[in-house]
Amino acid sequence: MEALLTSLLVFMIIAAVVALATRELLSAVIALGAVGFGSSAVFLLLRAPDLAITQIVVEVIALVLLIRTTLHLSGRGIGEGPSGRRVRAAGLFCLAFLVSALFALPRLPRLGEPVMERIASAPSSFYLERGLELTGSANLVTAILLDFRAYDTLGEATIIFTAVLGALTLLRKKCLTSCPAGRELEEGER
Amino acid sequence: MKNRSLIVQRVSRWLAPFIFIYGLQVILYGHLSPGGGFPGGVILASAFILILLSRGKEEAGRRLPLSRAGRFDNTGALVFLAVGLLGLVLGGSFLVNFLQRLFPGRPFSLLSSGTIPINNLAIGLKIWGGIFLAVLFLSVLRVGGDPDRGLKTMEEE
Repeated sequence: MEALLTSLLVFMIIAAVVALATRELLSAVIALGAVGFGSSAVFLLLRAPDLAITQIVVEVIALVLLIRTTLHLSGRGIGEGPSGRRVRAAGLFCLAFLVSALFALPRLPRLGEPVMERIASAPSSFYLERGLELTGSANLVTAILLDFRAYDTLGEATIIFTAVLGALTLLRKKCLTSCPAGRELEEGER
Repeated sequence: MKNRSLIVQRVSRWLAPFIFIYGLQVILYGHLSPGGGFPGGVILASAFILILLSRGKEEAGRRLPLSRAGRFDNTGALVFLAVGLLGLVLGGSFLVNFLQRLFPGRPFSLLSSGTIPINNLAIGLKIWGGIFLAVLFLSVLRVGGDPDRGLKTMEEE
């Protein structure tokens, strides 16, 4: 189990490095997709099917969108490879991360032991004990998302609403300035 | 855009309804099995995105016009808010699960857990409309094309 997880994580790290280092846009996008599908598989292995479904569905949509938008740009490179200064900065960051991980990782609980189990009055144990009785929902993740933490979900829905609204507004504006009809309109005003 | 593969078109025509039904199942059973409004809504949207990719934005815009997708987005958000406000009126605090207190259903049955399935449906509708709108707009945009004309023909139909 842990070996499988570790190999998946190593695969994701390699894919992420490929996504950063490759010079072709389409390969970078596909490598990014590999990272996403790897994390979905990790969620499934860690027994979080809700997260796995959400991750894989969003990943597919994002990947399709990115591939579609980069398809007619394929073959076009994305600048030069990383410069020496960037590599040194990345190395420095990795070193700092490893040093802090040396202190932090031994204090983490073992795989499969929730952190919240150490605290007696943690909300998670309350949710597990009385979630079904209080909400009637057999899927506890949904019970938390839409009952105990419904405020969070409302905020999340508002964020998506605002994001779509903002994207549509920006694209409309870009339509006006980039298409021939819009340009004529602007020049006529001037 | 003209030379689409016949196989892709036929297969996507067969697959899209099944993807749609799976999305509905994920939403409706969100309180019983893994899933819920958000992934279900994205799956519903992806059925239409499959049509968009395989048979063109005109066909997808005919199946789910821009105005209707926008209305789905708004309706979902408003239903979620309305359920929250009803909780304030009937249950004493915002977003409280008042239906579960009034009519506690049998656990593990489809009609249980009060407002949770309603909120799941609302979020699913919202995400369906929102994601589809975003993808449709991104696919209408094209370098050197005339995006306004594409949008107008879709709105007319």
